[in-house]
Amino acid sequence: MKHIEIKIGGFGGQGIVLSGFIMGKAASIYDKKNATLTQSYGPESRGGACSAQLIVSEEEVDYPEVQKPEILMVISQEAYEKFTPCLIKGGILLYDEDLVNSVNNLPKKTRIYSIPATRFAEELGRKIVTNIIMLGFFTAITSVISYESMKKSVLSSIPAGTEELNLKAFQKGYEFGLEKVKGM
Amino acid sequence: MRNIKPAVLTGEHFMNGDYACAEGALACGCRFFAGYPITPATEISEKMSRRMPEVGGIFIQMEDEMASMNAILGASWAGVKSMTATSGPGFSLMMENFGLGIMMEVPCVLVNIQRGGPSTGLPTLVGQQDMMQARWGSHGDYEVIALTPSSPQEMFDFTIKAFNLSEKYRLPVLLMSDEIVGHMTEKIVIPKEKDIKIVNRKKPEKYTDKYLMYKADKDLVPPMANAGEGYKVITTGLTHDEKGYPAMNAEAQEKLIKRLCDKILKNKADIIETQERETEDAEIIVVAYGSPARSALSAVKLARKEGIKAGLLRLITVWPFPDEKILEVANKAKTIIVPEINRGQIVREVERCSHDKCHVISLPKLGDIHTPYEILKVIKEVNK
Repeated sequence: MKHIEIKIGGFGGQGIVLSGFIMGKAASIYDKKNATLTQSYGPESRGGACSAQLIVSEEEVDYPEVQKPEILMVISQEAYEKFTPCLIKGGILLYDEDLVNSVNNLPKKTRIYSIPATRFAEELGRKIVTNIIMLGFFTAITSVISYESMKKSVLSSIPAGTEELNLKAFQKGYEFGLEKVKGM
Repeated sequence: MRNIKPAVLTGEHFMNGDYACAEGALACGCRFFAGYPITPATEISEKMSRRMPEVGGIFIQMEDEMASMNAILGASWAGVKSMTATSGPGFSLMMENFGLGIMMEVPCVLVNIQRGGPSTGLPTLVGQQDMMQARWGSHGDYEVIALTPSSPQEMFDFTIKAFNLSEKYRLPVLLMSDEIVGHMTEKIVIPKEKDIKIVNRKKPEKYTDKYLMYKADKDLVPPMANAGEGYKVITTGLTHDEKGYPAMNAEAQEKLIKRLCDKILKNKADIIETQERETEDAEIIVVAYGSPARSALSAVKLARKEGIKAGLLRLITVWPFPDEKILEVANKAKTIIVPEINRGQIVREVERCSHDKCHVISLPKLGDIHTPYEILKVIKEVNK
């Protein structure tokens, strides 16, 4: 893994940028790689299309934007429609099956992994942790960032007092992901 | 007020450029921030609103940008390092009082996280369209200092550099960043407090009632007595004499404006900073600043892989303009390419300084940074 491009898409308010932040912090501060996070969003603070783009590299990152992501994680149908065309051939798609229900027109040989993240989050009592479940899922499926680093990054990026809930969410997504990988 | 948290957050952080700018300001002693939030500079205000009370400083959300600029001038006169941050529309509003700061010689820092314009333009997308406004946006003749960071680390480092230059040369210094850099998150390393170089304004040596507000030393910078220290502090936006009294005549105007310009122009060697990559044998040189400098570096690396002698000259200080450095590379290179997120502003300066020694190509782009391939394409065409 020399240079990998990741894109996360959803609506503003779903914690898209925070997800990218947690991944990037895990990669750069704890895994000691280079990471550059950029974001794009509309003028709305919530509800508009939103994306985070992360480059993780062993070398210095010059051009900061993601052009052809190898990994795409989406938490809305709109983001799915908008971003799947840019996924590279043989890339990885991770999505929340509760929010993305029509999966088609994928680039060739895409490896697809889905998780009922919203349902899991509701079962944990707070829909707000959907993105953290997705992060656990991401960690299990891809080998971009180590489990320990990601866990540390989640814990150091969330509000004090919510550690237990977020850890549970992270673990839930991670374990579900491990099962998926085993089943393949 | 007392510190309840450290002002210098020594260590490694994964932080966006806007936050890094705020931390840089706090780390070098800025204790007054007045601003009016605007995308994409809002995160600076947001960070300052949380952090200022923690370090015993003051944060004020003002009624608008004109008042914000005035407030930081006032704070600086009271002896406190001060800053404001804005973007395009707010930058326009600040221009009048920016000129007041130049005339009264007030150290402070004005940050512009550039977005697309004119008018409200593209609030959430990048621009570098205020580069000439930074130079000429207020009326009258004057010289400015403007720095252009390319990463969150540089947002931290150059904010400190901007404060140091403002204190040394007594003027509002501009940090001309852009949306990509302000909103980009990367690792930044904050050094130990003792390792941060801090410059403080020159003060009158000892108390005398003969102190003259605007009598400059040999370096053309007058020592600055803060209001409330006992000195007779008189200052005005009108043309003034050494006492600070209005002087409405051609001689006073000639003397004052010449000194305000010369204090920058005669110290260009100390102020200007540029950075070169692979320029030694380069026949094609990309001159870039801010976020496109990153695309340019990537393009240069790609060109080198294909055996093309390309190099990068990155401007860290855009104003005062590095005339001599541009002429130096123009004498060596066959072509200079200038990618900018505007219709071609700094390229005019590059053309002026190249004196027709080489071919200068403008590579404008709007609303986004150039991809490395867009720059590489031009490098290859030129190399044919």
